[in-house]
This record gives sequence, C-alpha cells and structure tokens, in this order.
Amino acid sequence: MEKKYSIGQLTLHAFFIIASLTYILPFILLISISISSEAAINQFGYTLFPKVIDFRAYKEIFNNPAQIIDSYKVTVIFSLLTTALSVFVMTLTAYPLSRPNCKFKGILTFYIFFTMLFGGGLVPSYIINTRYLHLDNTIWIYVLPALVNAWHIIIIRTFFQGLPEGLVEAAKIDGASELRTYFQIIMPLSTPVISTIAFFVIVSKWNDWNTALVYIRTPKLYSLQYMLQKILRESEFVNKIAQESSSSMFQDYQIPTESMRYAMAILAAGPMLIVFPFFQKHFTKGLTIGAIKG
Amino acid sequence: MNSEIAKNTAIQKEKTSKMNLSRKAYVIKDNFELFLLALPGIILFFVFKYMPMYGIIIAFKKFNPNLGIWGSKWVGFKNFEFFFTSQDAWRVTRNTVLYSLDFIVIGLIAAVAIALMLYNLRSRTAVKVYNTVMILPKFLSMVLIAYIVYAMLNPSAGLLNQILGVFGGPSDIDWYSKPEAWPFILTIVHIWQVVGMDSIVYYAALMGIDESLFESAMIDGANKWQQTIYIAIPHLIPIITITTTLALGHIFSGDFGLFYQTTRDVGTLYPTTDIINTYTFRGLVGGHLEVASAVGLFQSVVGLILVVVTNSIVRKINPENSLF
Repeated sequence: MEKKYSIGQLTLHAFFIIASLTYILPFILLISISISSEAAINQFGYTLFPKVIDFRAYKEIFNNPAQIIDSYKVTVIFSLLTTALSVFVMTLTAYPLSRPNCKFKGILTFYIFFTMLFGGGLVPSYIINTRYLHLDNTIWIYVLPALVNAWHIIIIRTFFQGLPEGLVEAAKIDGASELRTYFQIIMPLSTPVISTIAFFVIVSKWNDWNTALVYIRTPKLYSLQYMLQKILRESEFVNKIAQESSSSMFQDYQIPTESMRYAMAILAAGPMLIVFPFFQKHFTKGLTIGAIKG
Repeated sequence: MNSEIAKNTAIQKEKTSKMNLSRKAYVIKDNFELFLLALPGIILFFVFKYMPMYGIIIAFKKFNPNLGIWGSKWVGFKNFEFFFTSQDAWRVTRNTVLYSLDFIVIGLIAAVAIALMLYNLRSRTAVKVYNTVMILPKFLSMVLIAYIVYAMLNPSAGLLNQILGVFGGPSDIDWYSKPEAWPFILTIVHIWQVVGMDSIVYYAALMGIDESLFESAMIDGANKWQQTIYIAIPHLIPIITITTTLALGHIFSGDFGLFYQTTRDVGTLYPTTDIINTYTFRGLVGGHLEVASAVGLFQSVVGLILVVVTNSIVRKINPENSLF
C-alpha cells in the first residue's frame, strides 16, 4: 500500500495548489484594486494586496447607484423570466418526443435537431428581430430568442424516456389526458432534469452581454455584464457614472475611476461567485445527463 | 356446436372492430393533445431559428431596409466575391481554423494531464476541491475574464509588466499593441478557462477502469509511470478519439466572446486575433449587412459539412457516441 504522504502525492498536491492559485489570485487582485486608493494605484500599479486601503470607490458607487441598480433589475428580471418560461416550454416540447404513441415524433425531432447543425447566423437574426419583430431595445430580446435550445430539449426528452413507461400507461387507462399526464405524472418526477436545465439557463442569462451589445441602446436596459463591458472599455462611461454619483461639490475633486471600475466588477460578479459552490453539483450532474446520445 | 363458435367469433370480430375504431379515435385525440403541448416550442423554433434561415437569402441581395428581405434586389454572388477577393477572407479563415486546432491539441493534452493527475491523487476530498476551483471560470462571463486579463496586461499598472520588471525585463510593454503576443495570450486564457471542465470527462473515463488491472500491473512491478502509459492512456484513447473528432466538426466556429472581449476589440491586434465571428460582428455594426451575412452563410455551410462528416466518422468508430 502506498503511503498517504509519499513524495509523489506531495508533488501532485503542490501542482494543484499552484494551479488553484491561478484561479483564486485573479479575484483577489480584482478585489484588491477595488479597495486601493487611487494614488496608490498610480504609484505602485495594481497590487495583489492593497498598499493603501480606501473604500471610496464603493462609497461613490453607492452614493448614486442608478446605473448599477437599473442593470441589476433588468438582469434579474430577464434571467428569472427566461429560466421559468424556457423550462416550461422546453419540457412541454420534450414530452411528445418521449411518448411512443406520438405519430409526429420523427418529424419534430428532425425539426428541432436541425437547428443544432445549421443556423441563419448573426445578421439574418438581427434583421428578423429588429425589422420584423421589433424586439430591439426591449427587455423581450433578452427573453424570447433564448427560450428554446435544441440540446436542452434532447436532454429533457432522454430523461423523460428513462421514466417508467407503466406510470403513463396507468394514468391513460384511468382516463387522464396527455396534458394531465404531463402535469401530474411527469412533472413531479422530473425535478433532477428541470433543476439542471434551469441552472444552465440562468447561468447563461446572468452572463449575457452579447444581446445588449447587438440590440440594446438605452442605458436603462443594459444587462449587468454589458454595463461592465462598457465600464472596462470606455473611460467616458465610467466618468459619466462617477460624475453622476460624485459626492463632492468641488470641481477639483478627483474621482477614483480606476478603483471604481473594479469595484463595479466585484459588485456585478459577486453574487455568482458566492452562489457558485452551492450549484456546482447540478452542473456536473448535468454533464453526465448530457452525455447521452441525441 | 360449430355454429355457436362461428357466432362467438362474429361477436368477437365485431367487438375488436369497435375497439379498433375507438382506438383510432384515441390515437387521434392523443396526438392532437401532444401537438398542442409541443406547439409553443414549434412556434419559437420557427420564429427564432427558421426565419433567420430564410433571412439568409440577403447574402445574395443588396439589402434595402425599406424593401425588406424579400423585396431587396438580387445580386447573385457579388457579396461573396467582395469577401473572397478581400484580404480579410484569408486572414479571418486562417485565424479561425488555426486557433481552433491550437485549442483542440493543447486543450486535449492539458485536460488529459489534469485528469491523470487527479486520478492519481489519493484523497477524494482534494480531487473535489481542486476540481471545483478549476471549473470556476465556466460560471463567469467573458467580460469578467477580460477584466482579469486587463488587470494582468494593463501597460502601466498591470501585474505582468510588474513581474517582468522584478526579473529585470522590460516593464512597459504595451500588450494591446503587440499582435505577435496574442496567440499565446489567447491560448493561455482559453485553456485556463476550459481545462477544469474538459478534464471531468477524462477523469470519469479513468474512474471506469477496472482496478484489478492496476493491481496486477503493480504485482508485476510496473511503476506509476508505466501504469499510466500502458493502462490508463490506452483506456482513454476511445473517448479522446470521439471528443477530438466532434471538436474538429466545430473548427470553423470560434468563440466570439474570447476574441472580442479579451482583446478589447483593438484594431492593431486584428492580424492575429480577428476570426470569422468577430469579422461578421463588425460587418453588422458597420452596416455591411449583406457581406456579413454572406460570410455567416459561408461559415454555416462549411460548419454543417464538417459536423456531418465528423459525425459519420464517429458513428463508424462507436455508434453510441455519435450525435445522430
């Protein structure tokens, strides 16, 4: 038997500890910059631990947090809405695909599966969504196009197929309609797959920046991640937010823009980083469910 | 006696035919209900996936917003000509494919190496902790990852220049104007981002190997290294073949977020960072809708062919793992 603390084991642990640090230290760096004083940043650059601790960036943001509150509101609303609706619609669509008595199963499967292989692409979607559906610059552009996903439907269908067929048969003999069978037999048994898919959807919506990049022009409707992108890229945008929130009446008051940038990033990413470990189980579980043939 | 039997069979027949009739009605009723259940999904797929496919015909037109998709004038292959005769065509296609291949090869080596190392760890708790930490980037948006990259590479304040300075190197490199550095930067960022997740598949495959193989190898005097080379890796070959082949089906589609966010869309870096997806996006922003959709169509068609081909290869190797 190998010893628990052999040299080999220690080397492996050393490797993984260093590897893990490359994942943890960047976040410490972001936090450190956000609580560094502006003068210290100018003098020493970004440092892993703040040379001079200063919470002014956070104070400035909380002084008039209009933009960050708007973005939070929009992001929370569309993330929850998309998750609830998409789980509902996708399970509804997956149910017929799992029923042996469904006559149009083959056609429907192809209809859904084909969208995984081929797509119109960015520009045609843009023209349809803006010129024909007029979804641009509304909150619905975040929600509606994200409701169906072929791969998720196939995962749900495969899960439904694994449920004992006898349950559905019994319900049907008792005279239950398909609709009722779906709601009262299938749904209560499907929490594992529903929670996994819901998790996939909510993570991808929370991190959504591309939708706003293409379709949103009103700052009130910016998603959280898009707001962050603007803060990182455009110094005018930071200055505008800083000016609006500035607590000082004096013109020469120096706004801590550099640390504010990072403070915003921490405020926007914080929830995900705290929630993440609790959901990790679902994510890995989803991977194993997903590893089933379509 | 005989007539009784005949009578009975006649009754039986009548019964079954009645049952058949009602059965048919049931099948119709059931299918109607099932169709209603699927209807919202069918409509959403139609509107958001199939209508854009129809919209792709503007790749062959001169788009006029007032005339709409159908009303705009046909121009044949002019938009394609415009793209393929420009210098961009070669650049973006080359970048897209080379980065994909780079990510596949280096990503595979890294993921397998991590999986093997996790497998050799004795403590299960440690495996769990390390793995949780390493899949963290999967939950973060590309914007936040761009923040981290920027904090490292910022010319005046960034950590990388500070570190170079400490070791006596140049401490004022403007990384955002050095295209030659970006193939390395993007590879590191990408591998850092996906290796934790990718290694899970290989780790799971390793966990499936029969323990007794390793035990008998140990009795025969094989060391850890030999066990890895002669037992562990050969057992990974099937899954490696499949994941790699499937990945090859996607070499024509790049990760827009990675190339758009981490590079901050800086023009100086385009020679080494512009891929088809970022090019199409700029076409959209710049109002060159027809050319951008022609490029998009080119990408979709090549992508479709690649997926179908690679999938049929996978089906030959192991039907269980093919997509269709």
